[in-house]
Amino acid sequence: MMPLLLLLSIFMLLRGHNLPGGGFIGGLLASSAIILQIVAFGPKTARRILPVNYLLLAAFGVFFGAIWGLPALFAGLPYMQAFWLPEPIPGVGKIGTPVLFDIGVYFTVIGVTTKIALLLVEEPILFPLPAMKTASAESEEGA
Amino acid sequence: MVFHLFIPIITPMIGATLAVFFNRQRIAARAIALISVLINLGYGLWLMSVVPASGPLVAQASGWLAPFGISLVADGMSALMVMLAALLMLTTIVYSFYSVDYERERHFYYPLLLLLLLGVSGAFLTGDLFNLYVWFEVLLVASFGLITLGGSRDQLEGGLKYVVLNLLGSTAFLFGCGLMYGFAGTLNMAHIAERMATLSNPGLQTALAGIFLFAFGSKAAIVPLFFWLPSSYHTPPVAVTAIFSGLMTKVGVYALYRVFGLLLQNELAVYGPWLTLLAGLTMVIGVLGAVAQMNVRRILSFHIISQIGYSIMGLGLASAAGLAAGLVFTAHVMIVKMALFFIGGAAEQINGTGDLKKMGGLARREPLLALFWFLGILSLAGIPPLSGFIGKLILLQVGVSQQAYLITAVAAGTSILTFFSMLKIWNEVFWKKSYEDVNLLPRVPLGLLAPGAALVILSVALGLLAGPLVDYNTIAGQQAFDRGAYITAVCGVDGCEAVYRAALK
Repeated sequence: MMPLLLLLSIFMLLRGHNLPGGGFIGGLLASSAIILQIVAFGPKTARRILPVNYLLLAAFGVFFGAIWGLPALFAGLPYMQAFWLPEPIPGVGKIGTPVLFDIGVYFTVIGVTTKIALLLVEEPILFPLPAMKTASAESEEGA
Repeated sequence: MVFHLFIPIITPMIGATLAVFFNRQRIAARAIALISVLINLGYGLWLMSVVPASGPLVAQASGWLAPFGISLVADGMSALMVMLAALLMLTTIVYSFYSVDYERERHFYYPLLLLLLLGVSGAFLTGDLFNLYVWFEVLLVASFGLITLGGSRDQLEGGLKYVVLNLLGSTAFLFGCGLMYGFAGTLNMAHIAERMATLSNPGLQTALAGIFLFAFGSKAAIVPLFFWLPSSYHTPPVAVTAIFSGLMTKVGVYALYRVFGLLLQNELAVYGPWLTLLAGLTMVIGVLGAVAQMNVRRILSFHIISQIGYSIMGLGLASAAGLAAGLVFTAHVMIVKMALFFIGGAAEQINGTGDLKKMGGLARREPLLALFWFLGILSLAGIPPLSGFIGKLILLQVGVSQQAYLITAVAAGTSILTFFSMLKIWNEVFWKKSYEDVNLLPRVPLGLLAPGAALVILSVALGLLAGPLVDYNTIAGQQAFDRGAYITAVCGVDGCEAVYRAALK
């Protein structure tokens, strides 16, 4: 299922500009592919198949989305003013800064939703700070 | 149309993501945070230098026309707040270098601070009601992270109250947005302001104003809605408490000023007396709450509430002069309150506790710290050469000139109580003899002293050179109250309705 779902998510991402779909939907589809792996085979397998740091992926998504608004700024236009390539690329469609922005959204959604699912599944010590508390509790929590 | 009005929003956003990437390299993360904030500060100062002469600056996101797309609007009030937010964030980051432990820094402390700055700057600049809600959420999510970062029992307990009560306020805000859209058919602030003038449904308008008063009042911690503040603000690290005290409640005040000054200006006359009543209650109850406390940061937290009363009083006076006076006071209190948190926090950090009974003797041990604390409380109470005097004087002048004698008397009386309550900290922490040998305590590093000291010096400077500040805020107050100029700046001379009609054709 996973390759199929990932392909579908990319399809959703690319058709999203004028049709239902887009970065958010695509990202949800892709993350549901990964979460299905987690449900079926457990988080360890899922991490082995896709060894990604999802938090960094989310941050990268925001960064990638944000920078494609910048060309407009340098051209003296309002932030996120769209630029398009004049000719559509066969099989992909028209490419412009909104598509790149959508790719940023796509990565952010994958990163955030998968990270949340992993946190819930793996139940790590969410706040691994008992050692820190003994060191700094006296100095900081003067309640 | 100024295309670069997005800079104070883009900079912290990109800065936050970069700080996540370079999270492990401590120096890089710190440098990124510092640079982002400096860019914002510079831009804020530039805005403040331009806006009084030029009127509101406007940018449309992605170039969509005004009533349809999202507008960013920087008038005098926004520019002042953007600048202050960046300035206070700068001092917080410097203070954090010396006070926040490595574990917190490693768990995305600086990205969260930058996200907070992003939300705050966005909220100050946006010209769209729903967009304002989004920015509120951004800054709230960042603040949820900051207040619980570290996960100690106290923090989680305080954080829970903070989260639940703030979400309640946000929900009310969302209801308000929905009703407003149903009522006015638009969410662009300029367009709403224009339609409010022609739509006549006084009952609904009053109800809308009530919902917004509840929503922003709970963020600003005015009287019946302040309980989350003192029960959560003393739990996180000092730097976090300080930046919350400087920014969070003031965003609520800003939103009240914006909504009542621009969108629901007709209702301000109806709500004015009630707002002044709430303001008076907030002042008195805040300061009385502080009397019962025996913890440095808890006392200061109650004083935040008390000071919010003065800001609301400026709004309750329901005039451009009142708004201007409220703005002067808010600017002053943001600066001084943070300075007091920094200095009190430094005292707390070297003592290892914020309990007044266990502290003492710092005036001899740390004379500089004591000096700046004393200047700070003089300023907060409103003693002449300091900025607090100017802030309160103008408020009282406006109060007297509008025959609001009762609130004016309450405001003046509260100042004395404030000073009295601050003297308690002075006596207990700095003046009285310590039970233990103060010479055994660690010294206050320069990095803990400098941010608070710089803010106190700024307060002194603002008090001595009050002319420019007052002039600026007079213009800012007029701009905040001037619907016509705002609408013209956002939608053009014919107003938003004309653009809307033309687009429909």
